Amino acid sequence: MSSVDGYSADSADGTGNVASVARPGRFREFWSYFRENRGAVVGLAVFLLFVLVAIFADVLAPHSPTEQFRSSLLQPPAWQTGGTSEFLLGTDAVGRDMLSRLIHGSRYSFFIGVIVVVIAATSGILLGLIAGFSRGWVDTLIMRLMDILLAFPSLLLALVMVAILGPSLINAMIAIAIVLQPHYVRLTRAAVLGERAKEYVTSAQVVGAGPLRLMFVTVLPNCLAPLIVQAALSFSTAILDAAALGFLGLGAQPPTPEWGTMLADSREFVLRAWWVVTFPGLAILVNVLAINLMGDGLRDALDPKLKRS
Amino acid sequence: MSRSVIVEARDLSRHYEVSGGLFGKASTVQALSNVSFTLEAGRTLAVVGESGCGKSTLARVVTMIEPPSEGTLHIDGHTVDAGEPLDASARAALRAAVQIVFQNPFGSLNPRQTIGRILEEPVLINRPDLSKSARAERAREMLELTGLRPEHYDRYPHMFSGGQRQRIAVARALMLEPRILVLDEPVSALDLSIQSQVLNLLVDLQERLGLAYLFISHDLSVVRHMADDVMVMYLGRAVETASRDELFLSPKHPYTEALLSATPVADPTHQSTRIRLTGELPSPLDPPPGCAFNPRCRNVQADCRTSRPPLSPGDHRVACFHPV
Amino acid sequence: MALLDVQSLSVDFRTANGQFRAVDRVDVSVEEGDVLAIVGESGSGKSVSMLALMGLLPWTADITSDCMRFDGTDLATADAETRRRLVGRDVAMIFQEPMSSLNPCFTIGFQIREALKEHLDLSRSERQRRAIELLEQVGLPEPEKRLRAFPHQLSGGMSQRVMIAMAIACKPKLLIADEPTTALDVTIQAQILELLLDLQKETGMALVLITHDMGVVAETAQRVSVQYAGQKVEEQGVQALFAEPRHPYTSALLAALPERATTRHLPTIPGVVPGQFDRPSGCLFSPRCPHADERCGREQPTPADASLGHARCHYPLMAGVPRREAS
Repeated sequence: MSSVDGYSADSADGTGNVASVARPGRFREFWSYFRENRGAVVGLAVFLLFVLVAIFADVLAPHSPTEQFRSSLLQPPAWQTGGTSEFLLGTDAVGRDMLSRLIHGSRYSFFIGVIVVVIAATSGILLGLIAGFSRGWVDTLIMRLMDILLAFPSLLLALVMVAILGPSLINAMIAIAIVLQPHYVRLTRAAVLGERAKEYVTSAQVVGAGPLRLMFVTVLPNCLAPLIVQAALSFSTAILDAAALGFLGLGAQPPTPEWGTMLADSREFVLRAWWVVTFPGLAILVNVLAINLMGDGLRDALDPKLKRS
Repeated sequence: MSRSVIVEARDLSRHYEVSGGLFGKASTVQALSNVSFTLEAGRTLAVVGESGCGKSTLARVVTMIEPPSEGTLHIDGHTVDAGEPLDASARAALRAAVQIVFQNPFGSLNPRQTIGRILEEPVLINRPDLSKSARAERAREMLELTGLRPEHYDRYPHMFSGGQRQRIAVARALMLEPRILVLDEPVSALDLSIQSQVLNLLVDLQERLGLAYLFISHDLSVVRHMADDVMVMYLGRAVETASRDELFLSPKHPYTEALLSATPVADPTHQSTRIRLTGELPSPLDPPPGCAFNPRCRNVQADCRTSRPPLSPGDHRVACFHPV
Repeated sequence: MALLDVQSLSVDFRTANGQFRAVDRVDVSVEEGDVLAIVGESGSGKSVSMLALMGLLPWTADITSDCMRFDGTDLATADAETRRRLVGRDVAMIFQEPMSSLNPCFTIGFQIREALKEHLDLSRSERQRRAIELLEQVGLPEPEKRLRAFPHQLSGGMSQRVMIAMAIACKPKLLIADEPTTALDVTIQAQILELLLDLQKETGMALVLITHDMGVVAETAQRVSVQYAGQKVEEQGVQALFAEPRHPYTSALLAALPERATTRHLPTIPGVVPGQFDRPSGCLFSPRCPHADERCGREQPTPADASLGHARCHYPLMAGVPRREAS
């Protein structure tokens, strides 16, 4: 039997003269908060541009990134004397087109960011969930391990790992992922501890949810906001760290057009051919800045305490 | 008409160890001591008391969120003994017998699940034999039964008001077809006009489904309306147990009397014989000696400070040496 | 002249989903020594209107009024300096959650003395003496010891007494109590309400009590103002309101009280309070009102006169029946 007047649960009743305005969805609300932060929107735009460039690199780049044009070594950019429109941003010491290398380099940077964040986040969230749910000695063990990891300067740890495993882009990425992991563990654990006390978790337990279900289905979806922000910010850290390792010769190896590696090759040309150093550096700067701005905006938009309505 | 006794609790106790930190010694918090009651199908036992009286702990023990430290609990043919952990099948059977509705409508539903999923989850976990469509069917039936609309199935909790969320919580609790519902202050956080909607729903469901309610509340006017029997608790113990009419008309324990007189009456012409209770509620960590109520009691005498009065036998039970 | 004179106060919040009118043309007037209760459920705007007076709303709130005067001073145009002098000294406010209204990092004594230091010109020893005096006045035993305690060491009832002590420290002319006992147990609630009324009689200050509990209203108030969805829908003396409510909402609210129940089923008010997105174009209560007609849904009612309790209704109730004649 359907409900009677005693407990009809909806608003408009009787005369039904309700000026109804549709309640906007969650995404629109999020977007309106995000949009207020101009820096974040600019950051997002730049990031999206970066992603597009990475995807369409083959189409966008005028030349191959590894092709050496022996006749045009260290050619300055097109707007300077001696430059041609064939190599818009000039060439490097072995005659490779800077623009094409930069465009293809975005692929590597994007690849690095994604892989590192995926590895760090996955293992970090898993460890954080286990620590938050088990408490006791498991929790202590995990957190002390993370404390040890955090005590190492990240680059140093990455260096050591790469030195052991051998210099390559993959090893550099693994090293950076391990170093970034403790942040995820801490965030997840803190969020889990906060959510665990809430009644909907007790409700799920009363209904018979086992520990796995509690972890992944009940609690984890509610812990995502700070993790999303952390992921965005780790993306930029990953790119920076990979560039640093590349600069030290321990990351991507030449002739890979990774931006950090490009910087390493061109140290000696700072005075002679500024474009070989400046453009990769600028690329790193702009992208990291954009991602950080975007991450800040994400955090402000997702933080429920800052919500106004 | 004889009704079946569904829950029988005997001397339920629950204590917690509180560590004294690095340098202090551990102490025990006696949250619940020697509480006994019976609950029959289709009837409501209300548990009243203030902070620290142990009513929420009682709710958790009866729902088996926490095991009792002492005493026994018989629920619908199964027995829960302190010290004897339950095996999985007993647990599952008991889960289907007792469910709980919490106080806070804004924290008891998972914000990231749709109502449909929230309702289906108990069945998904406990009845894997039911097909997906059978589950959904059942969930929709339950929506209707609790006064919600079919289009609510795909919505998220934040789109609903407090009263609607409590209905959803009730609906969820009923998905496993329990015989007992433990209601921990189910309407305390709701507005008055919504409160009556939810209370009416609870009354109807009880009549229809023959549910037994363990209704925990601090609001005596709600208790007066809903309860068949009332148990008054103070600092973890039952101090008075009686039928609803008996308790409200002739309370025997000084605390019950004070509680009744402290409750504001919505009638400006009412002359209240206000019994002024001085002092604060005692802390369970440091209970007064003898009868726990003695520091605040207006009838207090020498024996009250030295020994604890037992609960008298009979229909109207009171734990007092000098009842009112 | 009224101590507090507020006319047509409106508060709009700028939210992500547009403007939200939390308080809609509310009038509040309080004489010296008055005890006014403002009753409403959630969404009624009762707290927001008082917070607007005190200047405690966030920057996203737009406050407009025809008149907002306290003791002669125009609060709407007052600069921050004047406001700060008034608020906390002549107008004080206590809130619902005493446990979280006190700063957990500082002792009680520090917080009371801080309030005294801000508004009164007393020497340090005078402040200490006054603090002890205040704690005695609010009935806290062992005041010297309490002054050295931290908020987490106090119970809910004690914390609320401390809040009251801080509020009356500078002998305010008006005390606004926003649901002061909602978070407290019943026996403690009775103590706190009694304390407030005693203080009110002793000092002659006016008291505005914001609550949703009709029992508390019946036992403490002299006059009652009922708010619904941001509007004031009725105002009467307390005896008159309970005996003869003029607005259908007040009447329905009183009927829904469990203590007035005569049958197993309680009378209910179907539906929910309108939120931001479903405000009716006519009377805000019309979708839920058992007496509403077509005019109610179309036209916003204006407040009736004093004999009809200033009821914001086209057909105010007389002996429970709506008065249907050309107004």
